[in-house]
Amino acid sequence: MIEEIITARDLTKKFGDFTAVNRISFEVKRGEIFGFLGANGAGKTTAIKMFCGLLYPTSGQGSVAGLDIFTEREKIKKRIGYMSQKFSLYEDLTVAENITFYAGIYGLQKKDIIEKRDELTDKLGLGDFENKLISSLPLGWRQKLAFSVAIIHSPDIVFLDEPTGGVDPITRRQFWDLINEAAHSGVTIFVTTHYMDEAEYCDRISMMVNGRIEALGKPSQLKTDYNVESMNDVFLKLARG
Amino acid sequence: MNPAIIIKDLYKNYGPIEALRNINLEIRDKEIFGLIGPDGAGKTSLFRILTTLLLPDQGKATVLDLDVVRDFKKIRKIIGYMPGRFSLYQDLSVEENLSLFAAIFGTSIEENYDLVKGIYSQIEPFKKRKAGNLSGGMKQKLALSCALIHRPEILFLDEPTTGVDPVSRKEFWDMLRNLKDHGITILVSTPYMDEANLCDRIGLIQNGMILSINTPEKLRSEYPNRLFAIQSEDKFDILQRLKNAGNTHSVFSFGDEIHYVDDRLDITADQLEKMLRELNLPEFKLEQIEPTVEDCFMELLKQN
Repeated sequence: MIEEIITARDLTKKFGDFTAVNRISFEVKRGEIFGFLGANGAGKTTAIKMFCGLLYPTSGQGSVAGLDIFTEREKIKKRIGYMSQKFSLYEDLTVAENITFYAGIYGLQKKDIIEKRDELTDKLGLGDFENKLISSLPLGWRQKLAFSVAIIHSPDIVFLDEPTGGVDPITRRQFWDLINEAAHSGVTIFVTTHYMDEAEYCDRISMMVNGRIEALGKPSQLKTDYNVESMNDVFLKLARG
Repeated sequence: MNPAIIIKDLYKNYGPIEALRNINLEIRDKEIFGLIGPDGAGKTSLFRILTTLLLPDQGKATVLDLDVVRDFKKIRKIIGYMPGRFSLYQDLSVEENLSLFAAIFGTSIEENYDLVKGIYSQIEPFKKRKAGNLSGGMKQKLALSCALIHRPEILFLDEPTTGVDPVSRKEFWDMLRNLKDHGITILVSTPYMDEANLCDRIGLIQNGMILSINTPEKLRSEYPNRLFAIQSEDKFDILQRLKNAGNTHSVFSFGDEIHYVDDRLDITADQLEKMLRELNLPEFKLEQIEPTVEDCFMELLKQN
């Protein structure tokens, strides 16, 4: 089994003259919760798209779940999960339909799909809402369901792009319980967030500034390195340049 | 001086969904009032009613003594509104957008330059660039400039910092403090609890209802419980154990700490520490702390 779920070596993406991602190098280990932080426009989304097989890198090397991000992009898509605040579930499908739909796309067998569906709705307390449209659910419930659906095919890694934006503080914490649980079961978590308290919940974080990774380490280590009290201060110090 | 905004017994439904339920609220002249709550709480509906873009089902609201239903034309001339979604013309340049908004309100950039200068000068080097090609932070500054160019008396900012990184958020709040000094009343909504401390007063809103209206300081001082912070290398383990412990009132992750409230209200830090040690938890440190606005909000959510 591969222990390094993501590797990047001098990975670069240019759009014309503009270098969005500038020679980033790092690894993410299996089962790790890795926080991928940075200011708006720092290059996070571009990097994530390369790891998800959606964007062809300009130069460097990289792999996801042992697959090459230049040559094995279609295989990568089957081994990852993805969820963001902006796009998660289909609003005009029901809870059950969304689960069945995603499980089907990821190639689960019919009997597994039914089993997974019941297991999920039970775990999230959505039993009574199985046949309700997603649009009728509160945002927090949707996001918890979206996360569970994003890992329904037991991917090696799940990419979470600002998954908790706009969610109330209690639901935000329940969401992180789900993240922790998934990480314990061996799913690697790659997450971006603008909530700096959530940066503290990560095993390690990286901080991107102008296309480069300027800092990488455990939250406690970064706070010590930059001689500050909170991750918010680390962020302010680094992103100000 | 009357309050700048008066809201009385306001209701709004969308079919079966109760978006606003009996809202009563007054925004004082020249204050920064923060409406704090998650997505779907009703913040945008309230903004749209106050900016005369949506009719309430019941109740009444006035903006500078003008009725939001009857006097909508007058209100529109004296308010500035920055909606949550970027709403400028993407294929006009920075300068063209600002000129257009100035012209619509019968004024010019030159006439009110002093008010927007602090903000607009930061994007002025890019004034020939199309708005659609600006970065998120620059779009936000342009939108704020456009909302200000006619020198409004009240500014409505609907989630101006959502999805914005901590650095740009801090810069944005510095700009708001500056506008307050120009005598502008500001009603701003946000899902970020830490921004509450930057407001003069805040209203916490959830499920269409206002749970509390207060100054941030007073809200924190009225927190009903003794709050304890627990630090440990094994935070996740302790959190799970305490969730199932018998005397737990609430226990939440909070950055690198756990925030814990016991249901024995007068328990001291020493007593609690002794009891927790008996549970054979992993090594930890414990102290009593002052609550943050987020602690207060979570306690209110629990009560409701």
